[in-house]
Amino acid sequence: MSGAVTERPAGRMARIARRLDPAVTTAFACILLLLVLGSLYSSSFLSPEYLLQQLKVASFLGVIATGMMLVILLGQIDLSVPWVVAVGAMMACAAAAHGTVGLVLAIPFGVLCGVTVGVVNGFGVAYLRIPSMIVTLATNAVAQGLMVVYTGGFSPQDSASSAMRWLATGFLVPGVPNAVLVWILVGAAMVFALTRTTFGRAVYAIGNRERAAYLSGVDTRRIVLVAFAVSGGLSAFGGVLLAGYASKAAQSMGDAYLLPAIAAVVLGGASILGGRGTYLGTVAGVILITLLQSILSVMQMPEAGRQVTYGIVIVAMLLLYGRAPANR
Amino acid sequence: MTAWRYRLAEQRGTLLALAIFVVMFVIYISNHQAGLTANVAQTAANKGVLLAFVAMAQTLVVITAGIDLSVGMIFILTNCLASWIVVGTPAETALGVAGVLLAGLVCGAINGAIVIFGRLQPIVATIATGAVYFGVALLLRPSPGGAVNEDLADALTGRLFGVVPTSLVALLVVVLVVWVPFSRSVAGRTAYAVGSSEPAAYMSGMPIRRAKFLAYTLAGLLAAIGGLFLTFFTYTGEAAYASGNAYTLFSIAAVVLGGVSLYGGRGSAIGAIFGAFAFRTIGDLLFVFDFDPLWQPLFQGAVLLVAVSLGAFALFRVRNRLEWFG
Repeated sequence: MSGAVTERPAGRMARIARRLDPAVTTAFACILLLLVLGSLYSSSFLSPEYLLQQLKVASFLGVIATGMMLVILLGQIDLSVPWVVAVGAMMACAAAAHGTVGLVLAIPFGVLCGVTVGVVNGFGVAYLRIPSMIVTLATNAVAQGLMVVYTGGFSPQDSASSAMRWLATGFLVPGVPNAVLVWILVGAAMVFALTRTTFGRAVYAIGNRERAAYLSGVDTRRIVLVAFAVSGGLSAFGGVLLAGYASKAAQSMGDAYLLPAIAAVVLGGASILGGRGTYLGTVAGVILITLLQSILSVMQMPEAGRQVTYGIVIVAMLLLYGRAPANR
Repeated sequence: MTAWRYRLAEQRGTLLALAIFVVMFVIYISNHQAGLTANVAQTAANKGVLLAFVAMAQTLVVITAGIDLSVGMIFILTNCLASWIVVGTPAETALGVAGVLLAGLVCGAINGAIVIFGRLQPIVATIATGAVYFGVALLLRPSPGGAVNEDLADALTGRLFGVVPTSLVALLVVVLVVWVPFSRSVAGRTAYAVGSSEPAAYMSGMPIRRAKFLAYTLAGLLAAIGGLFLTFFTYTGEAAYASGNAYTLFSIAAVVLGGVSLYGGRGSAIGAIFGAFAFRTIGDLLFVFDFDPLWQPLFQGAVLLVAVSLGAFALFRVRNRLEWFG
């Protein structure tokens, strides 16, 4: 840790340079633009209550996108988000139905189930060398199958424990929803892991060139496995929060989070090829996506129009700054 | 002799898929109450053909080392479109069919343009366009409904001479009209070359962009043919999100079972077709063994997970650990 003192000026310079990342600046500019457009449509758009409400909604996506970002930084992708979210929510609710012990262990158990799926993903990607897209699609299908068998194809009857509800809707600090606090804690932990630990350095290194990282003595396979486990755990944790918010779990509750999570990370300037991206960008992406969704629903656009706008906006923004360099 | 061996090696994936399918189908039929009657064959063919079309679509893109996560949504979109326009007099119906196929071509071309000229990663680009296509489908059919020319539908889903399922014949025609010319053309060869090594294909002066664009566009067309047949089977259009996702997922499963390499450059649409049939038969096996249908998603997911894990056997051939990292 003593080395960190001497390196601090360089680190600060690097951070300032990163803060001026064109992608992140563009994302924040788009947020401002959306707020201005929204306030033209309705004056209540800039009220603190509304903005706080948006932050609260954003925090569920934020927690899920945090895990997705870690995986994308490796140059991989996690398509098992939809059903891992559902697994986390359903298992936590199921545990909550088993007396006092269950109530205490509900949240850890839900997250643990997500970590398990994540470990399977990571094992397939890191040790079996199967493309992450394929493994995670397959585990998503398996998770879906397990949940269908478990619930009998209906929404489970168990409801969320009071701790889950408190975490998602309560107020520990007056005026700040707990969900936002949770997001801040998760985000702070991720920023610390990415910028202040060897694990974070290794993640960026693997994303840039796994061969080089391996030759530098990094146990790349273990890092990839851990990253997928964290992603699974965070997805499940997002599901736990969502279950607390809605006070119960539902069959396809996670479907609406896959595309936004990927989009938030990529819109935040992270390269889908890995090795590049900051957490600040992901935060910007998450807020941007949430505001966009909110404006579209305030304008009472039907689901069809929302999907179309959504896809087009994402493609358009990616074309603006997410393009791969022209080869050769 | 060596040429013969080479050809066998080239078709190994396809032959393996055929073998898996035959074994599964024999197990299925021998445990079926009715045995192999024309009716059973027709039902099995109709279910299999839908996935076969979508799997062929996926194959074209996967061969170029890309992936199309919007095939299922194109499939749904064309289903909804067909439930509007494939109706009326024979001339109107023909125009409607042409319109549906054109819509598929356009969807595929949009994917291709974004991936090739926009230089976006296929995964993200096709997830996003998939959302757009699903939105359009929902716009066309907010609630399930619509109709289709039933004469045409019955003709294409019935039996030829009372024995051969017409849908199989249609599949054969599509293979002969779309896949065979493509795989033998310069564009098709280039698609394989791009999948094996894009720099090498570029250095050899091959028309990379044209080949990739054609692959994505034809994938849209094939998915549209699938959507058309879905309409013929169900007589309605429905913008079902879950169904679109499932077809995308199953198409990847079928492609993997069919011996098409997900790293690109290896495999054929014929293999993917047998992969699709095999995957469908595996799903149906549960029914003949009287399992609870609730177990079907788990069973299919497990089969998929095992199938993709089989790719890991390639690790035993690695001589240098650096080959792990591609």
